[in-house]
Amino acid sequence: MNRMFPWLVTVTLAAAAAGAQNEGPAAAPALAVEAIVANANRVSYYQGRDGRAQVRMVVVDAQGRERTREMTILRLDVPAAAAGSGDAKGGDGKRGDGEAPAAGAGKAPAAGDAAANPAPADDAHCGEQKFYVRFRQPADVDKTTFLVWKKPGQDDDRWLYLPALDLVKRVSSADKRSSFVGSHFFYEDVSGRHVAADTHELVETTKNYYVVESKPVDAKSVEFAAYKMWIHRESFTVVKVEFRDAAGEVYRRYEVLGVETVQGRPTVTKARMSDLRSNGSTTVTYSEVAYDLGLPDEVFTERYLRREPRQWLR
Amino acid sequence: MKWAPTLGVGLWLAASAVAQEPELPPGLGQPPAAQEPRRPTPQQPAAPDEPALPTGLESGAAAEGPRAEPSARSERAWARPKGFVDLRAGARTQSDPLQRDLSLAEARLRLEFEHAFDRGVLRFKPDLVADALESSQSVDLERGRGFLDLREGSFATSPLPFLDLKVGRQVLTWGTGDLLFLNDLFPKDWVSFFVGRDEEYLKAPSDALKVGMFGAGLNFEVVYTPRFDPDRFVRSERLSFFDPLAGRVIGRDVAFAPEVPDRWFRDDEFAARLSGNFGGHELAAYGYWGRWKSPGGFDGVSQRPVFPRLGVYGASARTQFAGGIANLEVGYYDSRQDPGGADPLVENSQGRFLAGFERDLPQLAAHLTVGAQYYLEAMLDHAEFRRTLPTGVPERDELRHVLTLRVTKELLEQRLRVSVFTYASPSDRDWYLRGTVSYAIDDAWSVFGGVNWFGGRRDFTFFGQFEDNSNVYLGARLAF
Repeated sequence: MNRMFPWLVTVTLAAAAAGAQNEGPAAAPALAVEAIVANANRVSYYQGRDGRAQVRMVVVDAQGRERTREMTILRLDVPAAAAGSGDAKGGDGKRGDGEAPAAGAGKAPAAGDAAANPAPADDAHCGEQKFYVRFRQPADVDKTTFLVWKKPGQDDDRWLYLPALDLVKRVSSADKRSSFVGSHFFYEDVSGRHVAADTHELVETTKNYYVVESKPVDAKSVEFAAYKMWIHRESFTVVKVEFRDAAGEVYRRYEVLGVETVQGRPTVTKARMSDLRSNGSTTVTYSEVAYDLGLPDEVFTERYLRREPRQWLR
Repeated sequence: MKWAPTLGVGLWLAASAVAQEPELPPGLGQPPAAQEPRRPTPQQPAAPDEPALPTGLESGAAAEGPRAEPSARSERAWARPKGFVDLRAGARTQSDPLQRDLSLAEARLRLEFEHAFDRGVLRFKPDLVADALESSQSVDLERGRGFLDLREGSFATSPLPFLDLKVGRQVLTWGTGDLLFLNDLFPKDWVSFFVGRDEEYLKAPSDALKVGMFGAGLNFEVVYTPRFDPDRFVRSERLSFFDPLAGRVIGRDVAFAPEVPDRWFRDDEFAARLSGNFGGHELAAYGYWGRWKSPGGFDGVSQRPVFPRLGVYGASARTQFAGGIANLEVGYYDSRQDPGGADPLVENSQGRFLAGFERDLPQLAAHLTVGAQYYLEAMLDHAEFRRTLPTGVPERDELRHVLTLRVTKELLEQRLRVSVFTYASPSDRDWYLRGTVSYAIDDAWSVFGGVNWFGGRRDFTFFGQFEDNSNVYLGARLAF
């Protein structure tokens, strides 16, 4: 799940990072691979309680032809208590304003005390999430909107809003490993792959990285045979991922090209996914990243597909 | 000496292990002030395969710095309108003595203006059209004819947190069918659909007020159309179709001039929907009070097709099922001017049923989506219909079954999209196949082609009557 597109990647646990740093990598106690992967997953997909980013993807094919996609992405973590309760109504707004900033903002800069506890207290936040993706470019998809209710371990709920027809279309999500809007990122890279879908093995610990090798539990459901992640030891940022096929050949590579600190959270701001067979690649840039905006649950409903939530998209 | 080979292998292994490790990317290295030696810069990886720490990930780099990345947003140029230029032409695949050989020949310039105020959003979307097949270029905004077709001219606002209003010309859609409509009684443009305009033109705009109320997990929407907005129904100048009174297929040889009710606030329409999304299970109930949207009757006095009054009550459900999307929809069509079905000049009441399923099939191929639907149209009071059927008018079946199949495949990094949508009726023994191929040359230019193929055993069935309108078309679009 971690190898995905760390959209809104941050270090929730600056505290954990600080702890590791104090002890020094050499002296750090061995961390179970499950904890490493769980942390990396959280850092890649669950920083803050919600977030927003302006996203630009530049897709380059083997002939060097460029296409550009621009979108605003809003993300909201569903509190564990509410997840799967079966009531998806908008606007009851129980999550939110009180709790989120306190937990999010309070924790990040406060180093030290969490050093012994790299697994964060809010692990519940690695569950269901909602994504709202509003496209601006290319021109023919302007205002087209994609709504995802991500359910780890199950098929996500997805809707596509086509403004020219005022049509809210429900879309199938069986094919998670297909291209996201023609880019080299897959849907699963965007919203995250379930941690339990793969087995993970810590193969090496270097000065900067945990190197984790992962293999699919259900090999037939995916196109890769294995992938290797380089996870930054201090921040748990996934810095590089290489996917290998059955012959052991690396055919797909994800690389982080830039990280910035946003509201105390190191955040991936530039990354590239390369298809080494076709020689195409997609570079994604995140800007204007913000966390803990207090996004209401209601934004992630049909009402706001038909009527854009300007206040939150800015 | 004897260690040498082992050592050599060991070194090679070490080298290869190192060779896989990525250099820390920018942002993940040590800060310049750190006590440790600096991490290698991205240009000097520790090992060819290890990523350098990206900038921003150095220890202690948490201080908020100036953004390294420029905004991902293109500069917002409100002054520059958005839109497209669309050119397309098509021809009948068989000669129709009642029609021209060309089925489509037009150029369109779409402009989109949008202005957001504190209190709402104004939208204006005119299409400037040059249509070589229309005899007159004078503008008829209701029927979408002439050099100007206004697709949208609306003001949307939310005066209260739970209330959305949208007034003016707007395209409206609801319901769960894929190119089948039970509870969506908003106007359709069947001419556009059948001659190969872009699929967005299937939906004709309404001049209406839409009120949405949202809360407590339920949404309630009402659309009031103060003056009846009929479909842009098939017209004999463009398409040949069966005229029950003539007892044959008519075309440009017969003027088709229905009497469209057009009194403000008297010939009005109401549509309502109550809907909710319960953990991904979408349920809705619908009501419509208006008229048959395409001519559903004939006035014996004026000798013109008319739009009798109609009420529609229905419900739908849509959810994930077996890795795909399943939907069910029902509707009861109450033909209010023919309650017992004994009036041969007005459509009978109907029950309509739809079940559909769509999913990706990654097992077969990447980017392949397949959808199938079963649709049933049951004429109520069929015995009365038969009893009062005028001599010479063909008898329609009580039950009309339609199956649809959609297959969509995307290729070449989604530049090329191939889609086939087929309607087939085993009871009417007729069909309609819509095939489209489009190729995105770049972000602005695309080219496309398509086919509309109608056929059937008899010339009075729903799709069979359009047999001579089968056509192919080609076009190009520049989006900006």
